[in-house]
Amino acid sequence: MSDDKKYGAYICTGCGLGERLDSTAQTNVASRDGKMGVVREHGFLCNAEGVQLIRDDLASGEVSHVVIAACSRRAKTEAFAFDDVAMARANLREGVIWSQPDGDEARETTQEMAEDYVRMACAEIKFMATPQGDPVSDTSRRILVVGGGVSGMTSALETARAGYDVTIVEKSATLGGHAATLQTRIPQQAPYREPEPSGVDELIAAIEAEARIEVRLNAALTSTDGAPGRFEVEIGTESGSTASERFGAIVMATGYTDYDMANLPELGAGKSPDVVDQAGFEALVKAADGGPIQCPTNGREAKHVVFVQCAGQRSDQEGHLPYCSGHCCLTSIRQAMHAQEAGASATVLFSDLRTPGAAGEDFYRAGQECGVTFCKGTVSEVLPGDDDLEVRYNDLILDEQTSLRADLVVLATGMVPNSGVDIDTIAAEENEEADGVAAGAEGTAQENTVTIPVESILNLKYRQGPDVPQLKHGFADSHFICFPYESRRTGIYPTGPVRRPMDMQQAQEDATGAALKAIQAVEGAALGRAAHPRSGDLSFPSFRKEGCTQCKRCTVECPFGAIDEDEQSYPLFNSSRCRRCGTCMGACPVRVISFENYSVETVGQQLKIVEIPDEFEEKPRVLILACENDAYPALDMAGMTGQHYSPYVRIIPVRCLGSVNLIWVTDALNNGYDGVLLMGCKKGDNYQCHFVKGSELAHERISKVDETLKTLSLEPERVLTHEVAITDIQRIPEIINDYMKTIEKIGLSPFKF
Amino acid sequence: MSDMNAATVTRYRDDFLKEVEANVEEGDWVKMCMQCGVCSGSCPLGPHWEHPPQELFMMIRANKREEVLSSASMWYCTSCYNCLVRCPREVPITHIMHGLAHYAERLGLAPKELPTRKFSKIFWKNLSSSGHANETSLALKLYFMNGFGEGIKKAIEMLPVGLGMLRAKRMNPFGLFAHKGCTDKKGLNAILDKAREIELAKAAKYQA
Repeated sequence: MSDDKKYGAYICTGCGLGERLDSTAQTNVASRDGKMGVVREHGFLCNAEGVQLIRDDLASGEVSHVVIAACSRRAKTEAFAFDDVAMARANLREGVIWSQPDGDEARETTQEMAEDYVRMACAEIKFMATPQGDPVSDTSRRILVVGGGVSGMTSALETARAGYDVTIVEKSATLGGHAATLQTRIPQQAPYREPEPSGVDELIAAIEAEARIEVRLNAALTSTDGAPGRFEVEIGTESGSTASERFGAIVMATGYTDYDMANLPELGAGKSPDVVDQAGFEALVKAADGGPIQCPTNGREAKHVVFVQCAGQRSDQEGHLPYCSGHCCLTSIRQAMHAQEAGASATVLFSDLRTPGAAGEDFYRAGQECGVTFCKGTVSEVLPGDDDLEVRYNDLILDEQTSLRADLVVLATGMVPNSGVDIDTIAAEENEEADGVAAGAEGTAQENTVTIPVESILNLKYRQGPDVPQLKHGFADSHFICFPYESRRTGIYPTGPVRRPMDMQQAQEDATGAALKAIQAVEGAALGRAAHPRSGDLSFPSFRKEGCTQCKRCTVECPFGAIDEDEQSYPLFNSSRCRRCGTCMGACPVRVISFENYSVETVGQQLKIVEIPDEFEEKPRVLILACENDAYPALDMAGMTGQHYSPYVRIIPVRCLGSVNLIWVTDALNNGYDGVLLMGCKKGDNYQCHFVKGSELAHERISKVDETLKTLSLEPERVLTHEVAITDIQRIPEIINDYMKTIEKIGLSPFKF
Repeated sequence: MSDMNAATVTRYRDDFLKEVEANVEEGDWVKMCMQCGVCSGSCPLGPHWEHPPQELFMMIRANKREEVLSSASMWYCTSCYNCLVRCPREVPITHIMHGLAHYAERLGLAPKELPTRKFSKIFWKNLSSSGHANETSLALKLYFMNGFGEGIKKAIEMLPVGLGMLRAKRMNPFGLFAHKGCTDKKGLNAILDKAREIELAKAAKYQA
């Protein structure tokens, strides 16, 4: 096989590379050290002539594997796009001449840097193959929408109008969800002054008129298996019958449940029927049918209605929701307007009135103008009296305890997402049970927490659990900033309030986004292409069965649940679920997992080929493994903005810090590097990691290296991990230069030969 | 005056906000306050007010009628217009402050010993009697606003300034007696009487 490989290196001398670097020396390095069959220099490699030079060699069969020693791999990707050709790039422009000072003093170290990068690219290419892709053969292009509320219906309509067949599975007997119970909605159109008709009837009519949409009511998913392009879903109906269907992607629009106001006895819930939540008030408005609103206790007219904002939410009290549900202030304004219209006087007691979205301030103003009284205060108690209620509150402006009388109190309780089972809790409980701890402690821990009906929604047959992973407070986990729709289960797109609290308009926008992502997932699966963030990537992980010890670490650590296990506990890769981060590869203790163009070897060989100067030269070497999503672009941009960093570092981009296998760190130290820096994205609850858990796992693994370093009598500073954002363009050279000072302080590595 | 007060109290027993809307200049803006507190933070005299504008608005909504109308706070307003310019809701706060003060005065609830109140009364009398402000007379009245002794003291203190103004011909001492005023004083008085009549009639509407 290796005989078929013909290597060619192309060295560019444009963009000042020719003036700053000795290209003849690089040519020698490429042919002598790099063993490249063909080595050519060109003064402007990315122009038509330069690219043709490479194409000619590829066409004549003289070259099959290409090394380009020019600019960063992030630059000129259109020019250097050769189909079915493995390519490695040596970053001589951003990574060397732009990040190093010009001048005679720096010439030698700059040249060394360039030559090392050429060597590294030549070493990498030897272990690279063109990814063949693993397309799903009989892709289903049908989209499944779980939930028939506003989000679900919008998603279904958008998908259908884009030309895809859709099935809506709705648990209840009607479409419409929460929105169907509303009298009106928060206005979505200028001038945002009056409540609008909810628009749900039109949505339902549109769904019924759309031939591509099939609706299954009173139905739920009893089992979901497979991967994008080939989800096998069992849909169970109330009567007990099930139907097996095949879908390409799933939109999870399962919405929310109203927070149970029974948790709020201090606010009068359960003590008087005249204390209702927003849904309850909606029903009263409906019952009044344009007339005066009647109190549930005795049917008297509600003359004074008090709205209590943030009831049981934005509170750190146990059993309350810690977050803001986002729509309740506007909903209360809308309902207060109904109350005013019905002849009552409405007072809204708020601590912060938050009116996000298009209607926002205008609607708030309209509420004030129509006479709703807004009072900044926090309600401490609602006491039922003989013929009305007493609302006690702390007026935050006048700073006094006071109270007012009301006939009807409306509690603005929040949204609890219907995201199914929290698989992390299940995993934790299983662990506890295994440790034998949980036996007697039942109940005490859970007594005061929010109890959400936990019934699985998707019933996934994945090894990792039956539902999509959650981040916080039960909301589905997704990369909040960069790709909000991509859940941690590829091909399954949570949308609407199951993703984060939102109002109807936001949910509709969100649902449209999720519909487009679902279509993308189906089409991507058909071509074997990855979803975000490595969208379009054809490579996928495979493993060498002979070496596998069935340790299951890859299946456990995969942030996306892409790997199942077979009966013998060998990993079963589902390539269309895979996001190609390489976390499995970094996790594998026996290093049997690899991608065609990214493996333990492609990086390992690069770091081994770097020339390590002996200790008398006093030139340290530091290996930087930089995440290609944030850290590597930041390094490139540092070069572009003319910031200089130490010439003693050698930088290798990695797909994610999660893909860093500890063998690389060990090899680097054994080869005489003086230090290893890992640069990845922010981890934790507010993570920025593009693969959600990769950075966190890397930190975890590296934290365990300290012990090993001590046994080798090496300082723990030799291996450090940094969180770097793409905007850290100024900070990143500082990190490097500070680290070089640290190395100077602790001295060179004792492992130099 | 106190009769009028008694009448309005009955009329607006429970809703001071409506009373303010009906009787106070720009009073219908009070409900539009969103309690951000930018006005209170912008007021150069803010720290000296017992109740800065944000609080006054809240007190109005909370039916604290007596406290608001007998408060000295709005009398502290110097009409710098900082609050009005900065209010995100574009509430004409300065106007409302003066409106409140004026309404309190009409009801006889304004605190008696406030220098700004005294000044306002002296100034209005001075201006409305002739149609032009008689500066010399106004200055003298202000000197003696707080009693004879205080007035003499103030006059001696200001002597160098007065002499300087005389020398620079910026002050005519005979103006005190020979103040001309506007040509049609009768007409002016008729206008002011009419205005007062309209205002009282407007207030009377709410006294039923």
